[in-house]
Amino acid sequence: MKKNQSGSVTSSVSAIKKPGVSKAGDLLFRCKRYKGLLIMLIPGLVWYLIFKYVPMYGVTIAFKDYKLLKGIMGSPWAGFKHFERLFNSSQFTNVFWNTLIIGIYRLIFSFPAPVIFAILLNEIRHERFKKTIQSITYLPHFISWVVVAGIIHTVLSPVDGVVNYILQFFGLGPYKFLMMPEIFRGIIIVSGIWKDIGWGSIVYLAAITGIDPQLYEAATIDGASRFRKIFSITIPSILPVVIVMFLMKVGNIMEGGRDQIMNLYNPIVYRVGDVLDTYSYRVGLIDFDYSYSTAISLFQNVVGLVFLFITNFITKRTSDEGLW
Amino acid sequence: MVIMQGVKKVKASKARKKSNVIKRSIGERIFDVLNYTFMVFLAFIMLYPFWEMVVVSISPAVEASRIGLKIIPRGFTLEAYRQLFKSKLIGYGYYNTIMRTVIGTAMSVVLCFMTAYPLAKRDLPFRGIITTIIVIPMFFTGGLVPDFLLINDLGLYDTLWALILPMLLSTYNILVMRNFIMSIPESLEESALVDGANFFTILFRIIIPLSKPILATVALWVAVKHWNAWFDAHIYTRSNKRVVLQLILRRVLIDHNNAEVTDTLQGDEGVITKTVEAATVIVAIGPIIAVYPFLQKYFVKGVMVGSVKG
Repeated sequence: MKKNQSGSVTSSVSAIKKPGVSKAGDLLFRCKRYKGLLIMLIPGLVWYLIFKYVPMYGVTIAFKDYKLLKGIMGSPWAGFKHFERLFNSSQFTNVFWNTLIIGIYRLIFSFPAPVIFAILLNEIRHERFKKTIQSITYLPHFISWVVVAGIIHTVLSPVDGVVNYILQFFGLGPYKFLMMPEIFRGIIIVSGIWKDIGWGSIVYLAAITGIDPQLYEAATIDGASRFRKIFSITIPSILPVVIVMFLMKVGNIMEGGRDQIMNLYNPIVYRVGDVLDTYSYRVGLIDFDYSYSTAISLFQNVVGLVFLFITNFITKRTSDEGLW
Repeated sequence: MVIMQGVKKVKASKARKKSNVIKRSIGERIFDVLNYTFMVFLAFIMLYPFWEMVVVSISPAVEASRIGLKIIPRGFTLEAYRQLFKSKLIGYGYYNTIMRTVIGTAMSVVLCFMTAYPLAKRDLPFRGIITTIIVIPMFFTGGLVPDFLLINDLGLYDTLWALILPMLLSTYNILVMRNFIMSIPESLEESALVDGANFFTILFRIIIPLSKPILATVALWVAVKHWNAWFDAHIYTRSNKRVVLQLILRRVLIDHNNAEVTDTLQGDEGVITKTVEAATVIVAIGPIIAVYPFLQKYFVKGVMVGSVKG
């Protein structure tokens, strides 16, 4: 959306300003006029070249047999060997499904949480109380996953964790929660909600703030109850924002949350918790299988792109604008 | 503009709420009670873990390993902190974390502005191409291994620069900043030009002062990211002299007994005690919690600016 719009604005503005000047002359004129700004851009562009585009070229090692001594260029080509290995590996299949399933769980469970939270918070009338709750619930967003995972390890500890302490009153446990494959994905989802429910609600609260108060007033005069107003005014009004946010989340479905999972998982739960991000890390930087790891990353990137283009297409169809 | 409208609407909605308290049905009252209870519960489960860390860190060892809720500290000792600060590792960790945060944030904000400001000019030559160049990496990246090899080839492995340079720019931040600068009326610049102001006068007297809110917001984003970053330090550094706080935390909290790294933190029994673990957490998140209440509004404002399409 940004590019197209600005592109058309650019041409129309310059056309108005310099009628009758040839295109090349106009460009030269603008280059001279913005000389300082163009020089200003150089460091940033050099940074992009080195730190973004050089690694993009580095992707070629997915099609090579990377040898440390020969470097990226000197290593022999290997064709699609690593991709064949990838698709024949049952471990890779498992990791791929884990990524997808955790992504889908996030859409189903983690995504609605901040929406519901925002709606409920909006029903709090006590402004002071509301502000306090907001401040408290935003806080975990600013704490690193290392610390949050550490807290989870403590809280879920089978020896002295609070959760097992509470369960013991019901005659249950103690459980080694983080060693239980059947609930590991649940821990991922719940901890993710815990960390970001408050922060995620900001955008929806903003959308709710933008609703015309007259709608509520009219509804009140007509005798609508609060629930009626929530379901007939609040929710329909924020629905467009919710849809866009949802589609953005679908577009990022392949992003597995490496920091979160790497700090929570252990070999016992690899079967359900290992995702492409963590797998490519172990393959690449622990086992030093550089080419294979790059092939995994490339595959993840391409599948992610496919999701992104599909969601962008849907967004363009449903609303006037796409995601970009 | 958009923010101003938002503020007006907040005020309007406050007024609405006051006039709205007429009568409530029983159902609505039950809903209110449940809603408030839920909010208090939520606040409790968000705060309790942090509070428990505080309590454990100042408790005597026996008390710290007691099972159950730890809301009121029983006993008080700073032994864990004493032990923690005896360790050289924490010194290195603090130094490196502060260095990367301060240098990294300063450089990031300057470079981000230098990239965003030219792109805010609608008739900048090559604007479309340059924008495309910086947007493409949002969708396609080299991946872990090519990044790692790059850092190696640049000779940055195990230096502080490996933690600063790769994080300098973020396309998202550039676009947010660009959009903000674009909302500054062009007539301001034009009238300054008419008054004979040159490029630098316009930059330092008009654009930068007016961009302060977005500069502050981006600075905060980058600073928090630096403070909390762990994975880059994990893969790009090796020696104890380059360790950052999050890496120490990872070794203490998740890997537990990594003897090579944490020996200075181990007590007499050769294990890191719970109290020292908790003290490490408090020391690492303390600065964030301390500044958070004062800076919260800037973070929130930033989200709003970012969500305004441009």
